[in-house]
Amino acid sequence: MAAADSISTTNLSRQAFDFKEEKETIIKCQNGDKQAFGILVKKYMQRSYYIALGFIGSHENALDLSQEAFVKAFRAIKRFDVDKRFFTWYYQILRNLCFNFLRDRAKHARPFSEFDDHEINRIREDSAASDDVEREELVSAVRQALSELKPKDQEIIVLKDFQDLSYKEIAEVLDCPIGTVMSRLYYARATLKTKLERMLYDDAI
Amino acid sequence: MMMQSEKDRFHILLMGAIDGELSENENREFEQFINNTPEYQKEFKQYKKLKEVTTHMRPKSPPVEVWDTYWMMVYNKIERGIGWLLFTIGSVILLTYGGFKLVESVVSNPDLLWIVKGGILLLMGGLSVLLVSVIRERMFTYKKDPYKEVIR
Repeated sequence: MAAADSISTTNLSRQAFDFKEEKETIIKCQNGDKQAFGILVKKYMQRSYYIALGFIGSHENALDLSQEAFVKAFRAIKRFDVDKRFFTWYYQILRNLCFNFLRDRAKHARPFSEFDDHEINRIREDSAASDDVEREELVSAVRQALSELKPKDQEIIVLKDFQDLSYKEIAEVLDCPIGTVMSRLYYARATLKTKLERMLYDDAI
Repeated sequence: MMMQSEKDRFHILLMGAIDGELSENENREFEQFINNTPEYQKEFKQYKKLKEVTTHMRPKSPPVEVWDTYWMMVYNKIERGIGWLLFTIGSVILLTYGGFKLVESVVSNPDLLWIVKGGILLLMGGLSVLLVSVIRERMFTYKKDPYKEVIR
């Protein structure tokens, strides 16, 4: 118990330090220091890319949109309230860009084509269904079902299952209560489940 | 109505259970739900399996060079944006000045036929009207655009 307390105290103080350091970096950015902005970009680039990839599903577009979001963030950094979390603010820019992209998409690259099939195949093997055709069917069904979700439903699944954020972190990023996160997750997963069942066969999941 | 809210409660707890985010009390409440109702138990198993599928659907990692050059690409885009802005402002100033000088020289040139003068003036006038019209349309669309709060 004491060990757990000490770990959580360490985490808290590290977070506080990170926040303080980040605040100083942002103040430098607000004074026009591009190199300071580089520190923020390097800190969040991977998370940003993978979130965009979760929305968009193709490497090139995810890279482009995540970078574009950083460019927009830099241009608007003077309006940013330094007492808030940078990533929460940046995320709003990124998600708007991704939602716009999805709205205009229709003919863009095949969604979720960058997701690793191997992992999905493994699950299917564990589930004792060894038939290759069935496996491939599940892989493409999951991809298809995810891409057919509304952006808001995709978003919550991306943040929880692909990004592995806690409910608290998601609530912070989406600026809503934890209860809303849970109910949004339920509706998104319920829709995904229904779509998958329709695509595959009854009670496949 | 009562059943509906019980179901809603179950669904909220269900999410917490499959994501491992329930407190001890909530966990007890959830176990009561699934122990007393076979339908809930079945639903729990289905969502657990769904979670397995989505959690393991990991994206491929991009080549390492992507991260090495990422910031440089953002930096270039920031710089290029400023470059385009300056280029556009400069072009507008030069084009306006050039247009003005052209009209001035056409009007004051005694060697040009009046029909040529008229043609050039109409051309310049037409271009100006088109330009203003496009600008006005963009501004009008922006005011009425339901997505204007969405950053593009």
